[in-house]
Parts: sequence; structure tokens; C-alpha cells
Amino acid sequence: MDTKTASPEKEFFFTATEPEFRTQEMLLNMGPSHPAMHGIVKIAVKLQGELVVDADIEIGYLHRAFEKSCEACTWNQAIIYTDRLNYVSPIINNVGYCMAVEKLLGVEIPPRGQYIRTLLCEVSRVADHLTCVAAAAMELGAMTVFLYMMKGREYLYELLEDFCGARVTTTAVRVGGQPADLPEGWTEKLTRAIKEVRVILKECHALLTCNRIFYDRVRGTGVMKADDAMNWGFTGPCLRAAGVDYDVRKYFPYLVYDQVDWAIPVGTQGDNYDRYLVRMEEMEQSCRILEQCAKKIPNGPHSVQDKRIMLPDKKDTYGNIEGLMNHFKLIMHGHGIRVPVGEAYQAVEAGNGELGFYVVSYPIEGEEKDGCASRPWKARCRPPCFHFVAALPDMIKGDMVADVIPTFGSINMIGGELDR
Amino acid sequence: MEKSLAHRKIEEKFPQAVLDSHAQHGDETLILRKEAILDVARLLKEDSELQFNFLMDITAVDYLGRQPRFEIVYHFMSLPFNRRLRIKLQSDDLYPTVKSLTPLWKTANWLERECFDLYGIRFEGHPNLTRIMLYEGFEGHPLRKDYPKTKRQPLIGPQN
Repeated sequence: MDTKTASPEKEFFFTATEPEFRTQEMLLNMGPSHPAMHGIVKIAVKLQGELVVDADIEIGYLHRAFEKSCEACTWNQAIIYTDRLNYVSPIINNVGYCMAVEKLLGVEIPPRGQYIRTLLCEVSRVADHLTCVAAAAMELGAMTVFLYMMKGREYLYELLEDFCGARVTTTAVRVGGQPADLPEGWTEKLTRAIKEVRVILKECHALLTCNRIFYDRVRGTGVMKADDAMNWGFTGPCLRAAGVDYDVRKYFPYLVYDQVDWAIPVGTQGDNYDRYLVRMEEMEQSCRILEQCAKKIPNGPHSVQDKRIMLPDKKDTYGNIEGLMNHFKLIMHGHGIRVPVGEAYQAVEAGNGELGFYVVSYPIEGEEKDGCASRPWKARCRPPCFHFVAALPDMIKGDMVADVIPTFGSINMIGGELDR
Repeated sequence: MEKSLAHRKIEEKFPQAVLDSHAQHGDETLILRKEAILDVARLLKEDSELQFNFLMDITAVDYLGRQPRFEIVYHFMSLPFNRRLRIKLQSDDLYPTVKSLTPLWKTANWLERECFDLYGIRFEGHPNLTRIMLYEGFEGHPLRKDYPKTKRQPLIGPQN
């Protein structure tokens, strides 16, 4: 098919209409264990012919007590649990949690650390969007796009692997800074990866954006207009596709997002096609942020120079008694980082939208010392996709049963973050 | 500390509602009388100078051993004015009851269900206050501090 001649402006796709004759309503369970359900969630749809008249969502199959686990471990140990929230872009979760704790501690990490975090976050965001678009396209039959995009994600995961050794559960951030500096030659590798990703984006645009089959499946389905989207607490690409330009990175700037030049793409209709376009454009904007950060990254320390917060370098731990004591003072049971009593909410822009961490420090009986706590009293995560899944029945009602798949794909439900 | 616009507006309209306020770490926080939440939330949402049109989060905190024991925490955000506001309600009841915000925000539905499920907070006027993360028949509310972390309630398999 010649993708250039097909014009997306001409609207001659089929729309779901009221059936001419009514049949008996049928209840269809999609999931909880179903390849299109990305993880485990159950959608019970009530069908009238092929038309969805009602839907009910059941979640919680992946609930593993994220908060309860966090409350039982030290401030730094909880980072490991945040990896498992949105496992496609774990670094953004790490950064969000660590920034919330840093807010409680009242420390700000040095500029180089902030640049490293921004770089890692944007690499994760591109990987997150690539995964989302790839999976959604594959479910509509575009296997080529899936393979191309997975290839692109591989370049980015290699960058993360270079930085911290892990690809998925990275734990690449600490309270108070970064555990390590960027490895040598990382920014050059990043430049090459951006180039490859851009080629892939161009290819996928050619394969999907003006593709009649894809366009007809996603245009006008899963519509969520701006007013409703705000009422449902939408954030991120799903809200921006409806035309609201809310992005935490611009509205409540953190890290170095206010020092680089980039734009917020918005859609107009709030349907699956706009969500796809917004994600595609956001990847390009993230590439721009990455390029600028790679150029501007300053020299200097990558974490706070405070022995009560950051572990010493390994050469000090193994090389002298002060380093060794410092290390044990932060690691031993009953010691560790002491966070002053208080509460803080820190929001970051994750791949899906506003990821908020509401962290409370409160003296624990028997462990209290100078009004500080060695463990989180509460570490609440505000997951962006929780709100999308809550709104899903509204989005699929009135559509065909086949439209449930692209709608569910485009909201990018992540089980780990939804169920916690 | 100078009172914020939201604080002044709430005090003007509901003189008894605000119990305390602070702005720790730059997060503006108001502690309200529990009964006032629905009216105050409506004011926050509909007042043209406030326009807190996003309900970002609802959660609770269990301060076991302190009085009052429970805090129900709301996070609001105003897109037009680029502000955030945290509102806290306190209660010492074993099963605190507060008014539901579902008439104002649809997203309150699931957030409140989660809060009910994990903390046992009752939301008055909620259309479907059932468990969301856990299964029907689960006993207790696991995020309460007096629920032991090691307690197991499997649907199938060996019991405790």
C-alpha cells in the first residue's frame, strides 16, 4: 500500500451505530489472563451484537502490598520496590521516590547529578513510549512496527545496562544522588542511539500514521474529551491527546527541565489516534532534551557531599577506617539515613503521566532518635494509569468490541503500577 | 505565616472548617474539620479564583499510637493557577466515616474504594464502596499498622 497517497483527512471509516435489530445481551469476560490484557486485569463487557453497552473492570490481580513492604524497610531499600511499579521505565519511579525523600531531607543534589537523572529519565520515557506504541500496533496486526520498535528499545536498554548493569529493574538512583557517574563514552553512545531511534520513528511513521487500516481502527475510538479527562484525573499523554497541555515537567519543573528547550505536543480529539500521535511526538521531544542535556552536562560531583546520606566511594570503604565506618553507619540495622519527621508530595512526569509520591516520616517506636526516622512511615505512590483504567468503561462504551483492544493498548496500562 | 488565597476563601465561607495549616517543604497543607470536606472541595473546584480542577490523589495514613489516629489525605491541583493543595482530615474512630467526593470527581470512585479497601475508611455517599485490590471476604485492612506484615490470607493453599 502506498502510504503517502492515503489521506487521513477523508473520514470514511466505519463507526459503531445502534444495531438495526436487538439480540440477547451477552456478557464476555476479557481476561484476567489474556494476551491483550498486558498483565492481569479483567474487563467484563456486556455486548449487544458487537456493540459494547456496558463494561466492568476488575483489578488487583497483581497487588503485592507495595506500601506495606516499603514501610518495613529503610529509605534506600524501598527504591527496589519502586522499580517494580512501572517496570518499563523504572528509573522515573526511582527518581520520583528519591526526590520525595530528598524533599523531606531538605537536600538538593548537585547539577551533574540532576543532569544524569534527566538523561536517564528521558531514555526511560522513550523506551516506555516505544513499548506502548509497539504493543498497541502489534495488537492491530502491525508486527513489523513491533519488531522495529523493540529494536529501538534495545538501543536504549543497552544505555541503561551500561550505566547500572540492569535492563529492567535498574535501582539506578539513590536518596541523595546517583550511585555512580556516567561510564566513559556514554554520551557518544547516547548520540548514536538517538540517531537510531529517530530512524525507527521515521519508519514507523511511514508504516502507521497514514496507514488506512491503522487509521480506521484508531480514529474516533476510545474518545475521552478534555473536560471528562480532567474529571477522571487523567495526566500524561492521554490528557494531552485531549488538548490539555498539562505536563509536570513544564508546570512544576524539577531536575533541569526548565533549562532545556522542548515543547509539549497536544492532540485535539482525545481518541486513540491522537494518543498515538502525542506519544510519537513526545519521543522526538525527549530526543531533543537528551541531545541538549548531553551537550550541557557539567562536571562535578554527582551526589550530595554528605556522609550521613550517601555511601562513601568503594575505594574509601575498603581503603581506610573512616570510609569503612561511614559505610557501616549507613548500612547496619538500626542505622542508615535519618529523615526528619514530616510529609512531602513529589510529582514527576512518568511515561504515563503524573507519578506522585507522598512520603511520610514519623518516629517509629523504639527506633526514634532526635525526631528522625530510619524507615518510611508511609510511601504512597499515585499511579497515573490507575485513573485511566478507572475511566476505561466510559471510553469503550458505545464502541465495537474490537475497539476495546486499541483503546486498552493506548492507555498503556502497566500492571505493576496499577495494582502495586 | 501568611494565609494563602485558598485558606482565606475557605475561612470566609466556612469559618469553623480550618483547624490548622502548614506549608512544610513548600507543600501547602490545610487540616480541616472532617464534616466540611465535601463543601470545601466544591468551593475549591468551583470558585473562579481557585479552580482546583484536578483531584490527584486520596489516601490515608494510620498513625497508630497517636491521637487522632487516622488522617485522610487529599491532593488537589489547579491547572489554571498552577498550584497544589493538600487537605487532611483527622479522625480517631476505628472506622472513620467521611463524605465521598464522587459527586464532584469521577476519579474519586476508585481512589476511595482503594482507601476503603486498604485502610477501612468509610465514604458516605459512595455508589459502590467495595474492595478493589483485595478479594471479597478478605478480613481486615492490610495497610493499617496493627495488621501484621507476615499475616497471610490465601484464597487457596495453606492457611496461617
